[in-house]
Amino acid sequence: MAEAIKLGGKKQGIFKDKVMALLPEGGNLNLCLTCGMCSSGCPATGLEGMDPRKLLRMAALGMDEEILSSDWAWMCTMCQRCIYVCPMKIDIPQLVFNIRNQGKPREERPKGIVGSCDMALRSDTCSAMGATEEDFQFVVEDVLEEYQEAQPEFKDMQAPVNKEGAEFFLNQNSREPVTEPDEMVPLWKILHTVGADWTYGTKGWAAENYCMFMADNENWEHIVRTKAKAVDDLKCRVWLNTE
Amino acid sequence: MNSDWNKDRKIKFTVQDPCQLVRKTFGDPVAEDLRFVVRSVVGEENFIDMTPNRSNNYCCGGGGGFLQSGMPDARRYYGRLKDEQIKKTGAAYCITPCHNCHAQVHDLSEHYEGGYHTLHLWTLICLSLGILGPNEREYLGPDLKDVDVFHPESAM
Repeated sequence: MAEAIKLGGKKQGIFKDKVMALLPEGGNLNLCLTCGMCSSGCPATGLEGMDPRKLLRMAALGMDEEILSSDWAWMCTMCQRCIYVCPMKIDIPQLVFNIRNQGKPREERPKGIVGSCDMALRSDTCSAMGATEEDFQFVVEDVLEEYQEAQPEFKDMQAPVNKEGAEFFLNQNSREPVTEPDEMVPLWKILHTVGADWTYGTKGWAAENYCMFMADNENWEHIVRTKAKAVDDLKCRVWLNTE
Repeated sequence: MNSDWNKDRKIKFTVQDPCQLVRKTFGDPVAEDLRFVVRSVVGEENFIDMTPNRSNNYCCGGGGGFLQSGMPDARRYYGRLKDEQIKKTGAAYCITPCHNCHAQVHDLSEHYEGGYHTLHLWTLICLSLGILGPNEREYLGPDLKDVDVFHPESAM
């Protein structure tokens, strides 16, 4: 069982109001029935002595200092199972996102997430592993050529890069081109076999977006817009994100 | 595409419903599509669902940046529910159609010594089509490494 909430910290109660102002209709954090459906089905219950219901009660009690300084917001994955089962549809994941955003300053947030976000911001590839436009195109073309030769049934298979007007613009998680390029091939084979008209782009090809996990609003939007622009610039109709 | 390769082997599979794809985006209909594909490639009788599942599924703990946050103990504590769910199915493989799920479930199996393997869906589709080469089998266990290998001579 989690510890009971201890009152006594500086009562502010402005954080909850701030979050409520951001939430669309139906996100009223005051509607909680304290039924506990959220906490009973949350894998993060128990970590840091916290759970979703407790977090919400703390916000309602104005314990801003305690919730904004807690690491629990980084242990909740914002998976939305709590709001899915909540009879009042209270948006606890959005509350968590805002704690991430307004709690610790950028440099004190988890280093791995900050680093991956910063790396993605360095170029238009949006790759959190720092793979450049040239690196990506080289790996794709090199692996394709190898397979066209080794498996003659696939000698006509393509893995187009920057093919204008393709039906599908396919994103690729950085992990494959950077660490295990052979893992890209089965997907290419499936796309080839069904006759899909698809392409990668040298810009915006990386599927991941760690700035979103960091709740860095300006930068996660920048990354999404960079990718969307790459899709638009190639005049593709559908954007497929495998992440 | 069919499940003939698994008719006599009877290797069991379960599937992880990615929160992002199912609960947060397309809901139960896409979970049904996912099961249709999985059942088609492994055989109806060789698919075992976790409980709970679909939109009610537990997050594996790989989402939200948890894998990169430098909190492995907390992440694995979070993932114990997923590990228990997978073990209860008795499946040899957990199919994870999401990169975060793939990395997390793979780590959970090692950490909690579940002995199950973790697969991308594309690996399994190509295996059932008989077009999965020797170098595309990184995540297959020993029971499937040598099954229906496409161009075995190209092994690196």
